[in-house]
Amino acid sequence: MTKNLNVPLKKEEYAELRAGDYVYLTGTIYTARDAAHKRMQECLDKGEALPFNIENQIIYYMGPSPARDGKVIGSAGPTTAGRMDRYTPKLLDLGLKGMIGKGKRTREVYDAIIRNKAVYFAAVGGAGALLSKSIVKSKVVAYDDLGTEAIRKLEVENFPVIVVADAEGNSLY
Amino acid sequence: MREVNVSLISDAVAEMCIEVNHVLSEDMSRAMKRACEKETSELGKKILGQLDENLKIAKEEMIPICQDTGMAVIFMEIGQDVHFCGGRLEDAINEGVRKGYTEGFLRKSVVDDPVIRNNTKDNTPAVIHYSIVDGENVKITISPKGFGSENMSKLYMLKPADGIEGIKNAILSAVKDAGPNACPPMVLGVGIGGTFEKCALMAKHALTRENGVHSDIPYVKELEEEMLEKINELGIGPAGLGGSVTALGVNIETYPTHIAGMPVAVNICCHVNRHISRTI
Repeated sequence: MTKNLNVPLKKEEYAELRAGDYVYLTGTIYTARDAAHKRMQECLDKGEALPFNIENQIIYYMGPSPARDGKVIGSAGPTTAGRMDRYTPKLLDLGLKGMIGKGKRTREVYDAIIRNKAVYFAAVGGAGALLSKSIVKSKVVAYDDLGTEAIRKLEVENFPVIVVADAEGNSLY
Repeated sequence: MREVNVSLISDAVAEMCIEVNHVLSEDMSRAMKRACEKETSELGKKILGQLDENLKIAKEEMIPICQDTGMAVIFMEIGQDVHFCGGRLEDAINEGVRKGYTEGFLRKSVVDDPVIRNNTKDNTPAVIHYSIVDGENVKITISPKGFGSENMSKLYMLKPADGIEGIKNAILSAVKDAGPNACPPMVLGVGIGGTFEKCALMAKHALTRENGVHSDIPYVKELEEEMLEKINELGIGPAGLGGSVTALGVNIETYPTHIAGMPVAVNICCHVNRHISRTI
């Protein structure tokens, strides 16, 4: 089923998505990949607050290429989600509701998705130029020193993703 | 003897880094078009259509084809009658990478140490492989390697008794494990024989071969064709979401090996199999 959705979704709406749904996202999402996840985990280990409120939000596993002058962002496709698996169940338990990436996850992540009624989307890997056209704003909100791995707040318009794992335990892979 | 100023090398490397990350070579573009025609799944066709559109946008608007503009892998074939002047060759190559990745708005994806992990902020150093050949030319081949697929690559130290069936199983098992992580449709570079490091290097080098060109060795050509067919029968499909096109090519290189061994390396590359060559 093809759907147009405004993100972040309402809490209960995440649970309604089904593996196989083709979805166009419009609204706010955040980026974080390997190094940012490591730092967020260090924050939690020290009992500190995360650099942005993840509750009900979607994280896009993505590190863009630099923007040319006058452009919002460079190439901006998904990276392999599995590298974030060590950190993900904790973030889901803390209120994260959605992830956008590509590739297989661990059993622990799928269980955490079910437990928290969350969702895992895939964007098409290697389509970074095309996907960048759906990003209308990008602002670094934390860990600027990490360069491409900084946390960015993105405004997206009709950003195309596919639900690969849903709250009922269905998975496309 | 021919003198080659290393500044020529720097300039060429910089230009090539920019071009290769924005314009997919013709052989690979053709392979993507063929894939679109062959794919039987509706979703698979849609994804391949997006990838085709992605290539167009990348070229026309100078946005890198993929945000992972790779670690620069560079093969240098140096004629033995060349004498380099004007500085150190390796410094010149890295200077070219620095310039290309900085001025070309390419992503800086290299960290200075595998454990400490500080980004070098200019994508250096490159991984450089030198070979000495006849003549007085210098051939530079650049193949920026993204790590989504690199991470799914495998090396198997098979036994001679495993035979060609063992090789086939190794290749298929690497592809199955890679699945959606390697951004299929993928290209496989396979090295068979040599030593541990030689077969890995052959696998990497095999990825730079023009798509559609087969090995000169009859049984290797047959193996390439058979493996491509078998991989596509796995049904992994574009983006790993099912379909009849999982791979665009299987390129195999071989080398003599030891009586006790049969190393096999499978280097996986995504559909953005970037490679560019220039002779100076």
